[in-house]
Amino acid sequence: MSVGFALLGLLENGPRHGYDLKRSYDKAFGRDRALHYGQVYTTMARLLKNGFVEVESEPGEGPERKRYAITDAGVTDVREWLARPEKPEPYLQSTLYTKVVLALMTGRDAAEVLDTQRAEHLRLMRVLTKRKTEGDFADELICDHALFHLEADLRWLELAAARLDRLATTLRP
Amino acid sequence: MADQPLLAADDVHLSFGETRALQGASLQVYAGEIVALMGPSGSGKSSLLHCLAGILAPDAGSVRYGDRDLAQMTDSCRSALRRGEFGFVFQFGQLVPELTCAENVALPLRLAGTRRREAHRKAAVWLERLEVADVAGKRPGQVSGGQGQRVAVARALVTRPKVIFADEPTGALDSLNGELVLKLLVSAVRETGAAVVLVTHEVRVAAYGDREVVVRDGRIRERELAR
Repeated sequence: MSVGFALLGLLENGPRHGYDLKRSYDKAFGRDRALHYGQVYTTMARLLKNGFVEVESEPGEGPERKRYAITDAGVTDVREWLARPEKPEPYLQSTLYTKVVLALMTGRDAAEVLDTQRAEHLRLMRVLTKRKTEGDFADELICDHALFHLEADLRWLELAAARLDRLATTLRP
Repeated sequence: MADQPLLAADDVHLSFGETRALQGASLQVYAGEIVALMGPSGSGKSSLLHCLAGILAPDAGSVRYGDRDLAQMTDSCRSALRRGEFGFVFQFGQLVPELTCAENVALPLRLAGTRRREAHRKAAVWLERLEVADVAGKRPGQVSGGQGQRVAVARALVTRPKVIFADEPTGALDSLNGELVLKLLVSAVRETGAAVVLVTHEVRVAAYGDREVVVRDGRIRERELAR
């Protein structure tokens, strides 16, 4: 969903070829998930159909020579998307919660479930922190976003670990 | 990682009156690694750091630095060890308010007998390295919390210690300044090869380490992970 808006936004600085768009997208947003060329062209075809971009033809061009330019409707679409808040996702009833409850209900060690998860979260946080300190500013922002989410998870893990006894009494017959 | 730990606590017990702070804590720290000691408030993590650094003597169990048992050393030997081989960064108030930042950084060298000019030359290098060269002539009360903490890190590193003990080094800083202090500290110790024992309750701080060790109820709940 956001790929279309990102590509549109990249066009606000001037018309570009599909290849150039992909390269800019990958550099700014796609560090972990680079776009496929096919994805760029299908997205541009959709944006073209909806009137958000137009094609500037170049003499003697093949399909690769198409240059895409954003239309006024496209600029408006990007502006509205940026102004619209995303739906907060509280992750209620996550897989981890289910695992903890199931462990308690079946008399298994729920603390072990939490500890295992905690170690895995911290392992990933170390990887992201390393990448952040060795990378550029964009890396830093992207990694920080992920790190804050992982930190929030870990705070829940700590709280859950401290309340396991209470949770167990509510779950056992 | 070397086979022999640089620093090792073995079955350490420590009480303050009726309060049992450590109840059989064991930990090995290897040269050049950053170990994050985590755990809730009152779990014993700072007590363990103080025992590892030879500031507190355990009631039972041992702490070894290389092949030396800290309990077997005289007070003056332990002090010399702390001055020469260990560096310390705490949360608050470790800088001497009457001295300039440069004098603060030079202080451990002066105490170890280094001449004034040489001590100040080295202090200037470390202040530069920690990106606070511009506050060299100011007193700690005239600089921001983040700058003061970077001066404290420079002071901890100026003797090129083998181990840095950092107790909540970013606890009093906002996240931007905290990150900067950690980034500079980690990059400096990677260069000097010092090990770091980092006490923190913040996972984002712990993530700067090579592994974490959780202290709960005065014991280690360790889930050691390979670097």
